[in-house]
Amino acid sequence: MEFLIASAIGVMTAAGIYLVLRLRTFPVILGISLLTYAVNVFLFTSGRVVAGAPPVLRDDVTTYTDPLPQALVLTAIVISFGMTAVVVMIGLGAFLGSDDDHVDDQPDTLENEPEGKV
Amino acid sequence: MTHWLIAPVVLPAMLAPFIVLAARYHIGIQRVFSMTGVLMLVAISAGLAWATADGTIMLYQLGDWAAPFGIVVVGDRLSTMMILLTTVLALFVLIYAISSGWDDRGRHFHALFQFQLMGILGAFLTGDLFNLFVFFEVLLIASYGLMIHAGGTVRLRAGVQYVLFNLIGSTLFLFALGALYAETGTLNMADLANRVTLISADETVGIRVAAVLLLLVFAIKAALVPLHFWLPSSYAEAPAPVAALFAIMTKVGAYAIIRVYTLIFPPDLAITAGLHDTWLLPAALVSLAVGMVGVLAAKRFDRLVAFSIIGSMGMVLLSIALLSPEGIAAALYYIVHSTFAGAALFLIVDLVRSGRANLALTAQAPVAGATLTASLFFVAAIAMAGLPPLSGFLGKLLVLDAAFDSDLMVWIWAVVLGSSLISVVGFARAGSVLFWKAQSVAPSADADPVTPPATMSYVAIGGLVTLLALHTIFAGHMHGYTTATAAQLFSPEPYITTVVDTPGKLSDGKTEDH
Repeated sequence: MEFLIASAIGVMTAAGIYLVLRLRTFPVILGISLLTYAVNVFLFTSGRVVAGAPPVLRDDVTTYTDPLPQALVLTAIVISFGMTAVVVMIGLGAFLGSDDDHVDDQPDTLENEPEGKV
Repeated sequence: MTHWLIAPVVLPAMLAPFIVLAARYHIGIQRVFSMTGVLMLVAISAGLAWATADGTIMLYQLGDWAAPFGIVVVGDRLSTMMILLTTVLALFVLIYAISSGWDDRGRHFHALFQFQLMGILGAFLTGDLFNLFVFFEVLLIASYGLMIHAGGTVRLRAGVQYVLFNLIGSTLFLFALGALYAETGTLNMADLANRVTLISADETVGIRVAAVLLLLVFAIKAALVPLHFWLPSSYAEAPAPVAALFAIMTKVGAYAIIRVYTLIFPPDLAITAGLHDTWLLPAALVSLAVGMVGVLAAKRFDRLVAFSIIGSMGMVLLSIALLSPEGIAAALYYIVHSTFAGAALFLIVDLVRSGRANLALTAQAPVAGATLTASLFFVAAIAMAGLPPLSGFLGKLLVLDAAFDSDLMVWIWAVVLGSSLISVVGFARAGSVLFWKAQSVAPSADADPVTPPATMSYVAIGGLVTLLALHTIFAGHMHGYTTATAAQLFSPEPYITTVVDTPGKLSDGKTEDH
């Protein structure tokens, strides 16, 4: 169980880092999604892995799992989901505007001032 | 228990949805509410700073839950000083945004501005690390919206880089929090400070990983070389008032480093020994050098100012990395100075931009209102480059003085003084090309006559420059205050006992009332 979860986190993180280092927006966004999956599982297990136990502290319960990481991971999931949606929209806007989806800076041409500036 | 401590978070959190829902098509109403909100925030922050100036630690328990279980908001000298700095900066930035019409060039500027303030103020006030992450996300998601305010392809492209870099930073932050929680079972800062000392010497792997990850996250926020690559293009392409407000965002990273590495991992703690002097200090020196060389090398005015921000953050982090009371006091003095100077410079960039075809550092016909703009640039550049008589010079002297006992004293003095010289040359070149050489270029006959910037724009920048002058004149008082703040940071027992021992729900350790 521990080995399965640990290796899953490791594989997802490695794949995520590889994809984040790519040149174009889409693989980078996929890489960030993988990284957030990895971190969600990591957070989930940070209260130790306990299978089949309720996440509540009651007086008559002897085996329980730590409820706090589950609350933390919920927050993290919501935030990373929202952030991914935002970056997809901004990336799409940038791609449609410039017909180019490189994430790095292209050579600076002073003649091409952005149209948004006045 | 006073409720005022949570007001800097709640007030913008309520104003922002109101502006979106009730006033979305009325820029006038939005401006009135936004300005009123910021004025109230300045008053509240000043009151809180006044209340904590004598060393009192204010504590607010959300929902009255006791500290390790509930979220706490803590106000000490450092927090209240930072929120006062933020709100005063926001006031002048908002005056500029309204007078220059930037807020009307896209939608929802004022709502996002309020959310941004909520995130920054919350990050300064919170006493819980996971809550710090949440406030980081609030300020980031508002800053994504502000960063691409008014649109444009170049801005969107810079926005993508900015968002992606910060998403990776947030993920790292979560990894750090997971590791911390796995090792200690708490995320409350004061509780962490107690528990970290209890970890036995042969089981420190996880906590050391967490400490390094946290430092990386805050270094990304503070734009420390080599994690600074997001800053130049995002700050240069962001709308001017937004870039000026972002001058405080890098300081959030610096604040977090000060807070975590004095409270949770204090300098005398064995498990994180060497982190600040072996790693942070050289990186800060390189940041300072890279930033100031960037000032000299920049081909565009907006990039030049962005690199000067990196350089000034290098100076701040250099002073923090000394992790001595003198170093922190100097860093806090310099943070106030570099926030105002950086914001003023970004607003001046906008004044120049509004009168020219582009921001290339080449001789072009003079911009409208060049005399006043040039004088403001002159003052702000002197402050940023650290020439006497302004506060940049005093801040630099304080940093040099604090570094006197360091092992790397020769390196610090050499880099600080050398980079000052380079930045003076860089700013002098920019000023002479933009304002003096412009006089030799005749405006082309068919060029549209440009209207000079609004008077209130000059009032906003003039206000920031006046604050810099006041920061210089009252340097003795300010340095006395930051010294007292540093002393409070280096004796954290009152902070810890206030947070941990204040009674609230569950504080007796019983678990009946879930």
